[in-house]
Amino acid sequence: MLEIGIRMKKQNDKATKQKIKIAPFVAIFIFLVLGAIGISLGEPARVLQQATQICLECIGIG
Amino acid sequence: MDLVRKWVQALVFLLTNGFWSFPVTRGIYQGPLKVLCSPGLNCYSCPAATTYCPLGALQQLLAGIRMALESGQLFVGFYVVGTMGVIGSFVGRMVCGWACPFGLLQELLFKIPSPKFNIWRHLRYIKYVLLVVMVILLPLFALDEYGLGAPSFCKYFCPAGTLEAGFPMLILQPGLRANLGLIFVIKVLFLILFIVWSVLASRPFCRTSCPLGAFYGLFNKIKLVRLRLDPVRCTNCAACHDVCPMGVRFNEAPDDMECISCFACSKVCAYNAINIEIGGVEITKQPTRGATPKPQKILP
Repeated sequence: MLEIGIRMKKQNDKATKQKIKIAPFVAIFIFLVLGAIGISLGEPARVLQQATQICLECIGIG
Repeated sequence: MDLVRKWVQALVFLLTNGFWSFPVTRGIYQGPLKVLCSPGLNCYSCPAATTYCPLGALQQLLAGIRMALESGQLFVGFYVVGTMGVIGSFVGRMVCGWACPFGLLQELLFKIPSPKFNIWRHLRYIKYVLLVVMVILLPLFALDEYGLGAPSFCKYFCPAGTLEAGFPMLILQPGLRANLGLIFVIKVLFLILFIVWSVLASRPFCRTSCPLGAFYGLFNKIKLVRLRLDPVRCTNCAACHDVCPMGVRFNEAPDDMECISCFACSKVCAYNAINIEIGGVEITKQPTRGATPKPQKILP
């Protein structure tokens, strides 16, 4: 009985323990670096150029 | 929370489609805001669009990659993928539930009274095929005589583009009607299919065919803001199964790549077993709503 109680307490402790996760911050950093590389290469200007023209092919016309 | 979500959906819709003088200009917005990424599926050829569609921009860059490289420009999609990745790392598919205009449209269509049907779970894998084949491989490798690819997903499939850009541009610029052909007919048929399906089933396009949702779904296991299941409080009553608009069984798979963090499950959970977590830290732990959780089975 005591053993079950201890096991239950351990399970509760494990479930409620709050630990900061690093993975999302690593992913954000990696993609920020990727975006920064794109900016340094001048890609936003190309994206802007494309996005400000009506792409008839994109919408199935022409 | 549902009311907050509706307001956020409306706000994002207005922000990403804020160019309301298009009936006068009879063209699309051409200002500097279009360098910003729309988090959801929002065609940048839509007359009101003020941001770029990540899928459209990525396909365009991949389609013209050879020409760019030949001219010494390394436009391979770093900026677009970087932006999509940052959004995905923060919120994953929460974008679908909170910031996608086409998702909002499907939600509204589903409110129309009609018989409702489930969607076969395995159809969810179609969107990964579309992401790889139509968004990446075809623009890269299916080339015309000039060595240019085509934005295949937008050109042949995207119902959001047909609705938000195709029809409005045909109204604004009647001269374009002369260019209509089989491709547009196919796209209209896809649009009709998803509109009818959205009335009968919850979010069919998001669940089966959205490559952007497929991309964001890849981040659902590691994203910063997510829903968390408290295994001690959860009684496996399965109340969350019945309300999920994406068909997720939250108590069985809290990190499911389909979860759009709409909080529908959290709302119905009598034991408050579903909470918000930011970077591993739970921020909405509440007492149970008067109900006593069933004791958990302790494994030997």
